[in-house]
Amino acid sequence: MAVLIDRDTRLLVQGLTGREGTFHARQAAEYGTTVVGGVTPGKGGTRHEGWPIFDTVAEAVAETGATASVIFVPPAFGADAVMEAADAGLGVVVCITEGIPTLDMMRAQLALAASATRLIGPNCPGVISPGKSKAGIIPGHICREGRVGIVSRSGTLTYEAIHQLTRLGLGQSTCIGIGGDPIIGTTFVNALALFAEDPETDAVVLIGEIGGTAEEEAACAIADGFGKPVIGFVAGQTAPPGRRMGHAGAIIAGGKGTAAEKMTALEGAGVHVVTSPADIGSAVAAALG
Amino acid sequence: MKIHEYQAKQLLASRGVAVPRGEVAFSPEDALDIGRRLGGGTVVVKAQIHAGGRGKGGGVKRAADPDEAGRLAAAMIGMRLVTHQTGPEGRRVSRVLVEQGLEIEQELYLGLVIDRASGRPVMMASREGGVEIETVAAETPDRILKQSVHPGVGLAAYQARRLAFGVGLAGATVGHATRLMHAVYDAFLQLDASLIEINPLVVTRAGEVLALDAKMTFDDNALYRQRAIAGLRDLEEEEALEIEASKYALNYIRLDGTIGCMVNGAGLAMATMDIIKLAGSQPANFLDVGGGANAEQIRNAFRILMADTHVRAVLINIFGGILRCDVLAEGVIAAVKELGVRVPIVIRMEGTNVDRGKQMLHDSGLNFTTADGMAEAAQRVVALAG
Repeated sequence: MAVLIDRDTRLLVQGLTGREGTFHARQAAEYGTTVVGGVTPGKGGTRHEGWPIFDTVAEAVAETGATASVIFVPPAFGADAVMEAADAGLGVVVCITEGIPTLDMMRAQLALAASATRLIGPNCPGVISPGKSKAGIIPGHICREGRVGIVSRSGTLTYEAIHQLTRLGLGQSTCIGIGGDPIIGTTFVNALALFAEDPETDAVVLIGEIGGTAEEEAACAIADGFGKPVIGFVAGQTAPPGRRMGHAGAIIAGGKGTAAEKMTALEGAGVHVVTSPADIGSAVAAALG
Repeated sequence: MKIHEYQAKQLLASRGVAVPRGEVAFSPEDALDIGRRLGGGTVVVKAQIHAGGRGKGGGVKRAADPDEAGRLAAAMIGMRLVTHQTGPEGRRVSRVLVEQGLEIEQELYLGLVIDRASGRPVMMASREGGVEIETVAAETPDRILKQSVHPGVGLAAYQARRLAFGVGLAGATVGHATRLMHAVYDAFLQLDASLIEINPLVVTRAGEVLALDAKMTFDDNALYRQRAIAGLRDLEEEEALEIEASKYALNYIRLDGTIGCMVNGAGLAMATMDIIKLAGSQPANFLDVGGGANAEQIRNAFRILMADTHVRAVLINIFGGILRCDVLAEGVIAAVKELGVRVPIVIRMEGTNVDRGKQMLHDSGLNFTTADGMAEAAQRVVALAG
């Protein structure tokens, strides 16, 4: 059954008429995802690439029966798009947009807290349930349907892990890029809880990076009893302190949030931690015996 | 984005935070004049660089009169100030802050950041002011008081009082301190700050509460709507190659090793640095060309990478998603031809249009080494760097 998105998902694209939105809506549809339409304020009533466009998310949901949305709007409007999607009652909202101001997301989180919406991202590659559905920008052709879950703070490093698994014949149930920003909708802990309950996920790959304490929190959750093998990698073992490495989240502040601390915490929780990013796939194969 | 202490103090003062009287000086003459304007008595001369630990490095000195302030400024301006945050090469001082000297009774700490775990602002206060707060956090964490602020409510009066009483304030100073805390909170929200740190926050003998030092950093993602803040950027504080990279929307950070790397995506870039180290060498840089780079950006990325004379070999690791491998190959070939690159180049690429990209590299007649997988790529590049 996979998690978050499945064959039954009816996907709305917020920002469908933009360059990125158009490209990825087409890719998602080619992958077999049911893309039901798009939202671009001011272009309601028109059609784009054959899809109906709506002015508001609420209207789009009412007309199309959308169950999830993926957001490709410019950063200044990102948090607003998230809140609009939640207000319209969508169950899963995937925000790809990179560069949303932190205080905007802080306010959006406040609005989300009162809703049943699960936000993935922002600043993430999105979600793919191989062979079923995709909401985001993860290339479909590198994936293979299977039973390994992936949850990652990174984009292309997620692709790397998927690629290694696929090459070894290990398919994926769902791959979730949770995003690299300081404030995100779905954490490692949330994603692990989803995988724990998914009967079609046998093992989970967790890809962390320096900065923050999300990996340590994941380690606590796993130590409390996860029940499935977890394979971990933490990027940034060689990163110097105090420097932001691309992701706003990837900064080691005052000696906290180092890769070494995170790897120790994960190992302590029973996670199979690999030091080389080239060993992720083989470690999963070994863990699954 | 970081700014200087004097800039942070101006921003905070204009929003109701009490700070010592003072002005910035770009020359010893300026410093002398400012000393006179401040009344001719004791002043403090503080080197303005974007790094902490200035006092220990000799960048903060007391002057008995304006003449001495001028002499101290003459010694500081132009010097390379080395602190534990600057690295051994230090930072060149181009300006100093000249401030009135205060009779200090007590040194406290006040900080405001967004806590990632809760997604909320957290105000922190401690009676251990004027020392490294990281040390306090590591050794005596119970001496840092925290109040998590509900973003919809803002800093509540009781929370500010709790912090003020908690650090041992009493009487009229409590009101001064809580007013300052509210002003700091408001400034944080109005200016899209990511950190405000006042260390030390001082109580004077007269019972005033002032920000004796101030550090502010800002959310880069919000600079588009904070034009005045963006204008405070001091390019002298940044590495020349990093400034050049930012012009092309490339994320470049110079490091100490000899293996230049070019990667798409921050996580994969860090992982590539890690695997270079595992293969026995050190990365010369972090360079993330982003998800959707074009051939022109790749060309510029390569130029910036090669401007670092320590680079003995280059590893290009691209997982093509939006960025197609043929576009990458086009950019790399153009850059190598234009720059006449002499160091070995190892390319590992995977993903969209990988076969076409590989064919283009092969047909270029240039001497590229290709690798299958990250481990092989790292081993090859380290071997070629010698």
